[in-house]
Amino acid sequence: MNRSAMDLWVGVFVAMGIAAIIFLALKVGNLLTLNTTPGYVLEANFDNIGGLKLRAPVKAAGVVVGRVESVRLDPKTYEAVATLRIDREYQFTRDTIASINTSGVLGEVYVGLDAGGDPVMLKNGDRIVKTQSAMVLEKLIGQFLFDKAAEGGKAGPGEKAKEAEGIKK
Amino acid sequence: MSVEVAHGPAYWLRRLGSAVTGGLAKLGYAARFLVAVLWHSPQAFRRMHLTLREIYFAGVLSLVIILMSGMFVGMVLSLQGYETLKRYGSDEQLGILVALALVRELGPVIAGLLFASRAGSAITAEIGLMKTTEQLAAMEMMAVDPLARVIAPRFWGGIISMPLLAALFSAFGIFGGYLVGVRLIGIDEGAFWGQMKAGVDVWPDVTNGIIKSIVFGIAVSLIAVFEGYDSKPTAEGVSTATTRTVVISSLAILALDFVMTAFMFRGAAV
Amino acid sequence: MPAQANVRVPAATVADRSDADAPAVELKDVSFAYDVRPVLEGITMTIPRGQIVAIMGGSGCGKTTILRLIGGALKPKSGSVRVAGQSVPDLEPDALYALRRRCGMLFQFGALFTDMSVFENIAFPMREHTDLPDELIRDLVLMKLHAVGLRGAAQLMPSELSGGMARRVALARAIALDPMLIMYDEPFAGLDPISLGVIGQLIRKLNDALGITSVVVTHDVYESLKIVDFLYFVSEGRIVASGTADEVRQSMLPFVRQFVDGEPDGPVPFHYPAASYREELLARVG
Repeated sequence: MNRSAMDLWVGVFVAMGIAAIIFLALKVGNLLTLNTTPGYVLEANFDNIGGLKLRAPVKAAGVVVGRVESVRLDPKTYEAVATLRIDREYQFTRDTIASINTSGVLGEVYVGLDAGGDPVMLKNGDRIVKTQSAMVLEKLIGQFLFDKAAEGGKAGPGEKAKEAEGIKK
Repeated sequence: MSVEVAHGPAYWLRRLGSAVTGGLAKLGYAARFLVAVLWHSPQAFRRMHLTLREIYFAGVLSLVIILMSGMFVGMVLSLQGYETLKRYGSDEQLGILVALALVRELGPVIAGLLFASRAGSAITAEIGLMKTTEQLAAMEMMAVDPLARVIAPRFWGGIISMPLLAALFSAFGIFGGYLVGVRLIGIDEGAFWGQMKAGVDVWPDVTNGIIKSIVFGIAVSLIAVFEGYDSKPTAEGVSTATTRTVVISSLAILALDFVMTAFMFRGAAV
Repeated sequence: MPAQANVRVPAATVADRSDADAPAVELKDVSFAYDVRPVLEGITMTIPRGQIVAIMGGSGCGKTTILRLIGGALKPKSGSVRVAGQSVPDLEPDALYALRRRCGMLFQFGALFTDMSVFENIAFPMREHTDLPDELIRDLVLMKLHAVGLRGAAQLMPSELSGGMARRVALARAIALDPMLIMYDEPFAGLDPISLGVIGQLIRKLNDALGITSVVVTHDVYESLKIVDFLYFVSEGRIVASGTADEVRQSMLPFVRQFVDGEPDGPVPFHYPAASYREELLARVG
C-alpha cells in the first residue's frame, strides 16, 4: 500500500464520515428548522400541567413556534409556572389562550396558543393570562362515570361498562 | 520442593492489598503515560503522514464491519420496534425510535465496542510485537523517541477515526431501518422521515452522540496503546495484552456510557 | 561525509577531535541490580578507540546489561560509565539523544522495522536526524547496502529476508550515520557458517575502514577470536578474565579454558544447585 493510495482511502473515509454527520444533523435531526435567534420569553400559570415536559413544543395552529424552557411550582399560589421561549418572528396578542394539549391519545404533551383579537401584543417577560390546564385522563373518566351515574337508573350496569370501554379505546 | 503457607485470612488480605496497590500503581503509570503521549503529540501532527497512516489502519479497515453491523442493527431495530409500536397504534413513530436509539446510544456504543475489538486489539498487538522484537528499543538507541513516532500517531489515529465510524454506523443503521420499515413493512415514507426529523434534535441527541463517540475513542485508543507499550515482551505477553485491551475497553465504554447518559439526558423528563 | 553548507550533518567530526585522547568507552567499578537481584558487580573495563572488544560469558551473566548501561538505557547503581569522555547516566535527555546519534547498535535478531522495506529501514535514521535531500539519502543508503553486500535487496521487506541477511541489513542501518561506536548484541547467534564468516568479516572491515570502535557481546569464542583485539570474560556479574586474543588462546585460567574449549563442567558447573542426589531419590513422597 503506497502512500498516495493510503491518503486516498483516508480522504474517502473522512469524507464519508463527515457526510454521515451532516446527514444525521440535517436529514435526521432538525438542524435547519432550528431557529438560531434566541427568541423571547412568556410565562403562563396552570393548575395542572399534566405530562408537560421540558423542551416540549409550543404550537400555534399546529405549527411549532417555541419550546417550554422551564417549569416550576409557585410556592404561594401552588400553581405551575411554565416559561415558554417563543421565536422572535411570532407575536401573540395579550388575550392569547395557552392550553395544554396532547397530540393524539398517547402522543406528546404540548402547549397550544390560540391568539385573540387584542391589538396589544405580548412582550418579553409578559404573562399569558388565559390558560387552560391539562386534561387529566383519570379525572375525565371519573367525571364521565359520575355523570352517567347521576343520569340514574335509565342505563344498566352493563351499558355503563360498555360506554366506559368506549372511552378507554 | 517447599511447602506452601496455609491460606489463612492474612494471606488473602495480603493478596487483596497487593492487587489494589498494583492496580493503583498501574493506574498512576497509565496517567503519566497519557501525559507523555500528549506531550509528544505535536510531532505526530507535524509529520501528518504518520497519523494518516494510522487513520487508515484504524478507520478505513474498520469500515466494512462498522457499516454492515450498523445496517443490520438498524434493520433489527426496525423489525422489533415495529412489533411493539403496532400494539399501541404508534407504528408511525418507528422512524423516531430507530433514529434516537441509534444516534443517542447504539451508534457510539456498538461502534465503540467493534472498534475496540478490531482496531484496538490490532494496535495493541502491533505495539506489543514491536516491543518483543526490540524494534522500540532499537528506535530509542537510534535517538528516536518511540512515543512520538509510534505511539502518538496511533493514539490520535484512533481518536479521529472513532466519531466518524460512529456517525457512519448510525447513518447506515437509519438506512437499514428505512429499508425494513418503509420498503419491507410498508410504513409511510413521509411519516418515517417526518416524525424522525421532528423528534431528533441536533443539540442534545446528535451532538451528545458525537461527544460520546469522541470520549470512547479517547478511552479505547489510550487503553490500546498503553497495553501494547506495557506488554511483556513475549508471545504470551502480547496475547494477554490484546485480550486486556478488548476487555478493559469494552468495560470502559459501557461504564462511561452510563455516566455520560446520566449527565446528558438528565433533563429529558421533568 | 557530505559537507554541503545548508545541510545538517551529525556532529561526530567536531566532538571526536576534542576528546581524541579519551577512550571510546570506560566503565569504572560499575554495579547494577534489578530491584534486589544483583546483576553486575565491580565491572571495570576500558575500550580504546579503533579497537574491537568482545564481552564474553555464558547466558544470563549480564553481558547485555553492560551494553544497555553504555547506551544509557539503564543507570548503574554505582560506578561511572563514560562514553567519549561524557558520563552517560548524568546526561540530560537531549544530550543523551545527541550521544546516541553517534552510536550504532545491532540487536540480536536485527530488530528491523517490519512495516518498512530494507531501503526505508536504512534511510530511517537519516530521515529522522538529518535534512538531507532524497537523492542524497538514496545514494547513501545504496552505499551502506553495498558495504554489506545487499544492494540488490533494497526493495525487499524484512519478512522476506533470511536471518543472516536481516542481520546484515541491521548492520547497514547501524552504520547509516557513520557512528563512532557500534555495539553488537550477539551478532553471531543462530547463523549458518557462511553467514557467520560474513558477519565477522564485516565487523572487522567496517571497524578498520570507518575508524570506529566496536563492542561485541557474544558467547561465540571461535568467531570472536578471529576478529577481536581484546576480550573480557564475565561470569556471574564479575569480570573473571581479560586479555588480547593471543593471550586468551594461550591462557591457562580454568574459566577461560572451559569457555574456549567448550567443556561442559568446570568453574561454571554443569549441575544447577540442588540437594544431594541420593537424598532426593530416597526421600519419601508426600
